[in-house]
Amino acid sequence: MKKTLILLALVVGLMIVPFFVPHGGEYGGSDDQAESQILVVAPHYKPWFQPLYEPASSEIESLLFTLQGSIGTAVIFYILGFYRGRREDHAGD
Amino acid sequence: MEKLLKKLSLSGLGMGMLLLIVPQEAFAMHIMEGFLPPVWALAWWILFLPCLYVGLVRLRQIVAHDSNQKVLLALCGAFIFVLSALKIPSVTGSCSHPTGVGLAVILFGPGVVAVLGAIVLLFQALLLAHGGLTTLGANGMSMAVIGPVVGYLVWKLACKAGFRRDVSVFLCAMVADLMTYFVTSIQLGVAFPDPHFGITGSSLKFMSIFCLTQIPIAIAEGLLTVMIYDQLTKRQLLPARSQ
Repeated sequence: MKKTLILLALVVGLMIVPFFVPHGGEYGGSDDQAESQILVVAPHYKPWFQPLYEPASSEIESLLFTLQGSIGTAVIFYILGFYRGRREDHAGD
Repeated sequence: MEKLLKKLSLSGLGMGMLLLIVPQEAFAMHIMEGFLPPVWALAWWILFLPCLYVGLVRLRQIVAHDSNQKVLLALCGAFIFVLSALKIPSVTGSCSHPTGVGLAVILFGPGVVAVLGAIVLLFQALLLAHGGLTTLGANGMSMAVIGPVVGYLVWKLACKAGFRRDVSVFLCAMVADLMTYFVTSIQLGVAFPDPHFGITGSSLKFMSIFCLTQIPIAIAEGLLTVMIYDQLTKRQLLPARSQ
């Protein structure tokens, strides 16, 4: 348990530290930078295929991202909880 | 200096153009839809398909051999699913997300990850305009094949070298994550060689964008993978050999 907490604290620390490091960035995606890099090397490149569906707004995009995270988390914790319960059942036998 | 300014203004122009063309794609992290020339998109797809096939065969073997493994497979898939939805800020001032493939590669080997990764990439390409169908071959090769394979080698080596189990887990997940973006940089470098410095120069530039951002995120991913691995061990969900 203690180890889990320490690891968790480290992860949270890794996410918070960037906000206190001066870097002049604005937390866009690193893909954005890669895209502009592509246009530096090949200024006339045009994407030749468009996504079939794009989220109608950034709000809807964040909804879908949250959904992705929530569904995954639900599965993980369902399984962890299920096996924890099963172990306790056996412990009672 | 002049060159730098020229580059800056060009990249500004590029960004502007990009904002006009693809306004909704501003937050993605894999290679974007349509951003690999057709030849390369096709080449990576051709490489990825056999890996996917091998993964499917392996997946069927595992499930046929022991249907209890389905639970662990679901958990590994869910782990990749969650981690690739987390866009974490990095010290470079941009955000990127972990890949989450370390856990699956440790529990099931690299073959299975190709399938799990493909599912997640497909979800993101279809619903989030994040990555893309044309670039799925390339993204699949980097995130679901080469990254995991290298992670797997690190895992095997670390176990042989007698490292602590959790240190090996950490190293595997971290290297698999970094390798993914290393490969992405090379994929972009090969497709868009720098006019002056060639493929190497261009790849290095993409690396400076992706890999620097990715280092703290890879460390975070390593730690998260150790956490979930510990929980699985505690619940005796892992076979004795890997505890």
